[in-house]
Amino acid sequence: MSEQHHEAHKHHEGHGTKYKYGMVIDLDKCTGCGACMVACMAENNISFRKDNSDKLLSNYWMRVYKISNGLPFPDTEICYIPRPCMHCEGHGHHHHTPCVSVCPAVATDYDQETGIVSQIYTRCFGCRYCMAACPYHVRVFNWWDPKWPEGMEKYLSPDVSVRMRGVVEKCSFCNHRLQRARNKAYAEERREIHEDEYQTACTQACPAGAITFGDLQNPEHEVHKLKDSPGAFRLLEKLGTNPKVYYVSSRAWVLKAADVYIGEEGKGVTHP
Amino acid sequence: MNSASTPFDSALIPEGVKRCSFGWFLVWIGILQVPLMIGAIAYLVCWGLALNQTYLNNNYPFGIWIAADLGIIALGGGAFFTGFLRYVIKIDELKNIVNFAVVVGVICYSAALGILAVDIGQPLRGWHIFWHANVHSMLTEVAFCISCYFTVLLIEYLPLVLENRQIDRVPVFHFFSHRLHEAMPAIAAVGVFLSFFHQGSLGGVPGVLYGRPFAYREGFLVWPWTFFLFILSAMACGPCFTILITRITEGFARKNLVKRNVIDILAKISGWLLAGYLVLKILDTVGWLSWAGQVGAPLGSFYANQPYGYWVLITELGIFGVIPCILLLIKATRQNQNILILACFLNCAGIFMNRWIMTVQSLAVPVMPFDKFFSYHPNWAEWASTLLWVWIGAVVISLSYRYLPIFPQEKELNPL
Repeated sequence: MSEQHHEAHKHHEGHGTKYKYGMVIDLDKCTGCGACMVACMAENNISFRKDNSDKLLSNYWMRVYKISNGLPFPDTEICYIPRPCMHCEGHGHHHHTPCVSVCPAVATDYDQETGIVSQIYTRCFGCRYCMAACPYHVRVFNWWDPKWPEGMEKYLSPDVSVRMRGVVEKCSFCNHRLQRARNKAYAEERREIHEDEYQTACTQACPAGAITFGDLQNPEHEVHKLKDSPGAFRLLEKLGTNPKVYYVSSRAWVLKAADVYIGEEGKGVTHP
Repeated sequence: MNSASTPFDSALIPEGVKRCSFGWFLVWIGILQVPLMIGAIAYLVCWGLALNQTYLNNNYPFGIWIAADLGIIALGGGAFFTGFLRYVIKIDELKNIVNFAVVVGVICYSAALGILAVDIGQPLRGWHIFWHANVHSMLTEVAFCISCYFTVLLIEYLPLVLENRQIDRVPVFHFFSHRLHEAMPAIAAVGVFLSFFHQGSLGGVPGVLYGRPFAYREGFLVWPWTFFLFILSAMACGPCFTILITRITEGFARKNLVKRNVIDILAKISGWLLAGYLVLKILDTVGWLSWAGQVGAPLGSFYANQPYGYWVLITELGIFGVIPCILLLIKATRQNQNILILACFLNCAGIFMNRWIMTVQSLAVPVMPFDKFFSYHPNWAEWASTLLWVWIGAVVISLSYRYLPIFPQEKELNPL
C-alpha cells in the first residue's frame, strides 16, 4: 500500500481510519485441494479429534464445499467453494453484523478500523446464539476439550490462543498476522502496512492462487479490482449481510448455483 | 390418595382440608425420585463431559433446550397474566386461582433458568451475560428480565409459604406475610411489566436473525413482529396451562379445587386472546412469505425437507390454533370439562410447537443454496434434563398443595 494512497485518503492505521480487509476467491482457479483448510488449521491451532470426519461436530474455520452442475458424464462439472468467515459488514453498512449484534456478552465484535469480526474466547460462555445467527455456518463450537497428539503441542502457534471446550470460534482473517505486521511497521517507524505484509494463511497456502486478500477499499490492492470483475458475487447477497468475501466465476451454472435459491424453485437445496 | 386417618404431618397441613396419609405422600415423592435422578445424572453428564454428550451440533446450536425454554416461559405466562387480570384489571374471582398460577410460574421460570444453565457451554461464565451485557442483544434483555421476574415470582410465592399453619403462627412471619399481601398489586404490576418485555424479547431472539429468512421478521422500530406475537401467544396459552395443571392436580387429589366459573373466566379470556393472536399470526405469515419471496426464498424452500413439511404450518395454525380457539370461544364446548381440557392441551401444544419451529426449524432450513439439510432429534441426556423440570414441578406442586393454602375454594368445595 503506498504512502500516497493514505495521504490522499487520510487513511492511517490507528487514527480512526477504516480499512476493509476482505477476500476475493476465484472459483475457476480453485481445485479443491484443501491446502487452505490445512494451512488454516495449522496456523490457528484448530483442534481435531482422532476421527474428524463428522463435519457437524468438528472444528474448521475454512471449509471447502463441493457443488456440481448435476449433468451426467461427459458434461459433469465440479466447482469447489472455499468458505472462510465472511466478516459481514451487516445491514445498511452500519456494521449490524448478524452474529455481533446478537452476542449477549460482547464476545464477538466488529472492528471499525479493519472490518474484521473478532471472537473473544475467554468471554464467550457458549450460548451459541451467534451460530444460529450466521447463515454461512462459519462459526463452530468446541464440543470437546482441545487435545493434540503427544508432542504436537510443541508445534502450536504462540500467537494464537488455544480455545477451551464450550466456546464458539471462527476464522479471524489471521488477525494475529495483522498484529505482527503492525508491530513490524511500528518498529520500522511506518504507519502503513503493505499489501504483502498482511496475508492470511489460506491465501498463502493456495497453490492455484485462487485466494486474494487485502484492503477492499484500497485501489492499489488486488482485491479492490477483483471484487468488481465480471462474474464477481457474494454469498446470500439478498439478505443484506454485506460480506467482505467475494467470489468470482465465469461459469454461468456456478453463479446460478451459488446465488440465493435460484435453483429449482421450491426445492430449497439446489446442489447436494 | 385420601385417607380417613389423621396424617402424621397434620400439624403442617392447612386447617379444614383433607390430605392423604404421610406414608402415601412419601411413596408418591419417592416415585418421582426415579426420573428426577435420571435427569440429575443427565445434568452431571452434560456438565462433566461437555455438550458432546448431546445430539446438538454445529448446524443445530439450538435444540430441545432452547425450544423448551421458550415454550416453558410462554406456558408460565399464566402467572403474570393471571396476576395482571387479578390485581390490575381487578377480576376478583381470579383470586381463587392466582396463587396456583404463581406456583406454576415459579416452576416454569426455575425450569427456564435451570435449562439455560445446562445449555450454555461454559456454565461457570453465565454471569458474563450480565457483566459484559450487549444492549443490542435480545438474549441480554431476556436474561435480565427473566432473572428480575423470577425474583418477583419468588416474592409472590413467599406469602404462600408464610401462610403455612405453623409458620403463620410466628408473629413476625404473619406480619410480614400480611404486608406482602398488601404490596401484591404493585409487585404484580412490576411482574407484568417485566414479563411483557421478556416474553417479547424471546420472540425477538429468532425474529432478529436476518441471516435466517425462515425466522426473520420485520417489525416496529427495533422490535420484530415476533416480539409482539410472543407476548400475545404467552397471554393466550398461559392461562390454559394454568387450567391444565389445575385439572391434573384435581385429578391426583380426586376433588375439585377451583370453582368452574373461575376456570371459565380464564378459558374465555384465553380463547379471545388466541383468536387475536391467530389473526395477527396469519397476517405475519403472509407478510413474511412476501418478504421471503423478495429475498429469493420461496415458500417451498422452507418446507422442502422432511420432517419439516407443510404439515408443520397446518398443524401449528390449524389443529393447534384454530380448533382450540373455536372450542374455547363457544360456551357449550368451553363448559364441557373434557373438551375444555382438550382445548387447553391443543392451545399449549400449539404454542410449544411454535417455539420449536421458531428455533429448531429455523436452523434446519438450509440458507446457502448449496448447503445440505440435516435432521436433529434430542438424545436421552437432552430429554432427561428437560423432563427433570416436570418432575421437579410435580414435587413442588405436591408439597405446595399439601402444606400451603394455595386453593382458597378447597374447603368450600370439599367440606369435611
